[in-house]
Order: sequence, then C-alpha cells, then structure tokens
Amino acid sequence: MPSLKDLRNRIASVKATQKITKAMQMVAAAKLRRAQAAAEAARPYASKMEAVLANLAAGISGSDAPALLAGNGKDQVHLLIVCTAERGLCGAFNSSIVRLARERINSLLAAGKTVKILCVGKKGFEQLKRNYERHIIEVVDLRAVKHLSYGEAEMIATKVIGLFEQGEFDVATLFYSRFRSVISQIPTAQGLIPAEIGSGEGGTKAAYEYEPDEAEILSTLLPRNIAVQIFRALLENAASEQGARMSAMDNATRNAGEMIKKQTQKYNRSRQAMITKELIEIISGAEAL
Amino acid sequence: MATFPFELVSPERVLFSGEATQVVVPASEGEITVLANHAPFMSALRSGVVTIDNGQRLFVRGGFADVSQAGLTVLAEQAVPLDEINPEALSGQIRNAEEDLRDAKTDEARTRAQAKLDGLNAMMAAIRN
Repeated sequence: MPSLKDLRNRIASVKATQKITKAMQMVAAAKLRRAQAAAEAARPYASKMEAVLANLAAGISGSDAPALLAGNGKDQVHLLIVCTAERGLCGAFNSSIVRLARERINSLLAAGKTVKILCVGKKGFEQLKRNYERHIIEVVDLRAVKHLSYGEAEMIATKVIGLFEQGEFDVATLFYSRFRSVISQIPTAQGLIPAEIGSGEGGTKAAYEYEPDEAEILSTLLPRNIAVQIFRALLENAASEQGARMSAMDNATRNAGEMIKKQTQKYNRSRQAMITKELIEIISGAEAL
Repeated sequence: MATFPFELVSPERVLFSGEATQVVVPASEGEITVLANHAPFMSALRSGVVTIDNGQRLFVRGGFADVSQAGLTVLAEQAVPLDEINPEALSGQIRNAEEDLRDAKTDEARTRAQAKLDGLNAMMAAIRN
C-alpha cells in the first residue's frame, strides 16, 4: 500500500507529463497545418508533371525510351529509398514505413536479388540498421532543415540519378507515408525508376511540336520528375508525421488524464480510510474508559 | 479576344490559374507568345520573365511550357512575381552567393554556388528591364 506522500508524488509527475504531451500536441497541430498547406500546394505541380510526362511517354516507342523512363532492362539490384521522420514520439508512423520496407527487403532477398537502401531520416535508419546494416549505402540527414524546400528533394534526386548512371542499381522504389487525414496515414511504396506513369488523361495524342527535340526534353524532364516525386514524398511524409504525432500525443494526454483521475481517487480513498481509522481508535479508546 | 486557360505552377505553389488572352514565355530558343488555339507545343524554358496580358510579370527559372488543347501550362522550377522581389535584398543575396562561390572548396559546392549565382543574376537582370 503506497503512502499518501507516494501517491501525491505520482499524481504530480503524471500531471507534469500531461503538460508536456499537451504542449507537443499543440505544436504538432500548428506544424501540421503548415505541412498540409505545403503538401497541397505541391500537388498541382506533381500532377501536371505526371500529365505532361504521360503525354510524352505515350509518344515514345519502347526500345529507344531513355533508361530513367523504362528502366535498364534488368531487375537484379534494387534500391529502396526509405523516407522517415527525424524524430520519434509520433506513434507508429516510423515503424509502419519501416515495416513495409522490411517486408519488401525480405521478399527481394528471398528472391535472390541484391538490395541497397538509402535512408532519408534518422529514425528509419536506426530501425533498419539492426538487421540490414550492410545493405545501407547512405543516410540523408534532414535534421538541420527547418523548412522543406525543393532544393532538398533535388539533392536526393541528384544522388539517386548519379547512382543509377554508375549502374549501382536497376530498380528504385520510394517508401513514404501518404497523408490521408490526421488519423490515417498510409505507408506507400512507389516505383521511381522505371518511372511509374499513370495512364493520365492520355488519348489526346495530338501532334506535338517540340523545342528543342523530343529526346532532349524528355532527358531533362525525367530527372526533374524524380525530384518532384521525392519532393512530394517528403512533403506528404512531413504532414503525416505531424498528423501521427498529434494523434499520438492526444492519446497520451487522454491516458494521463485517466491516470490522474484514478490516482486521485485512490489518494482520496486512502486519506478517508486513515481518518476513519483514527476516529475509530479514538472512539474505542473513549469507550474503554 | 478569345481566352485560354493558363496555369503557372512551381513545386511550392500555384502562382497563376485562370484565363488569359496572351502570355509571353521565355522558351529555350527565344521568347514565344501564346494565344488562344495555339497548336500543341512543348518547350524547355530558360531563366526569364513570363508576361501575362493583364500586365502581371513573373520571373521563372528552369522548367517547361506545355501547350495543348487544355491550354497553356508552365511548370517552373522556381517562379516569383516580379513585384515580390526586393532589389536590395536581392543584391545582398548576390553578394552572399559570390562569397559562397569564392569559399567553395569542392567542385560540387562550386557548381552549386555558381548555379545559384546565375539564377540570382538572371533575376536581377529581369527586374532591371
């Protein structure tokens, strides 16, 4: 049976924790609003890009398509780009992305493929290095970045394209969490190289005029498309992270509230019990006289 | 005059979306003016100024212009309305970029600094005109 002082201390410590989780929840909510706005602002560019690319790709026949679009014909070495957060305390956000990546890694390894991993974000790296340290070729640290801009995505894209051109891998897949709502983030795997192009609105294959020529436009458009896809993944991830953190902290605050309620009740009961006991002692003492 | 749908988007936001009668785009091989019912056309962009018929002028760097039946879409790597650029802040940034270029130690850093400086200089030239 804990003493009254123990109970008091416990209540005070839970209250302090609750204050912290509450503050974190509010910070996450504010950041979420910003991240969501950024993710939404980036959507038109990405979808336009996809439409333009789909249009172009439709006009290019199979064999002379650039490697970035159609792949290099092999699928022996896979590069997995795993985007996670730099910070924890956001529920299952990081682990669900890592779980998806891990499933893919295991199935690829079982099929006898070579796997290389590029980690964006510290948390994913920490979880993956336990089992797959020798597969990890690079870690991109975005901790110093306060405001995600297209520049970061471009930097990662340049790295990926450089590796591809050196023949370091054949197929690239991007892992991130798609933001659907505050309570629902969907871990997603998206093919990056070869490019995964939706059929788009296609159909309107008008005779386009290109300036400079088709191949040249495509060869500058494709690297840019990769940067855009990565940028979108990073933004969606940022929004998802804040969303996940917000709901995780909301839960934590609620749990702390419940705990405080229970402990306070226990405290009051034992205080009452003590008073009653003392009264009984006094009364029985008086009766004995 | 006939209008056509025009959209100017950068990765970070949509800068213009609406009807226009005439848009001047700095294509890689010279400026082109797009009017309604332009034939399908696609071009890379160089750094320069997009002028919309209502007098709006925007600086764009890198990207593509795509003309189709659905109208004109400009996908710019970077796009800023000219009246949002502050010449003094810009010349400060140019000085910083020049310094970065001098301090750059690796080739990679040097090319990055040079690219940044070129972009800023193009922006400066755009305001002067």
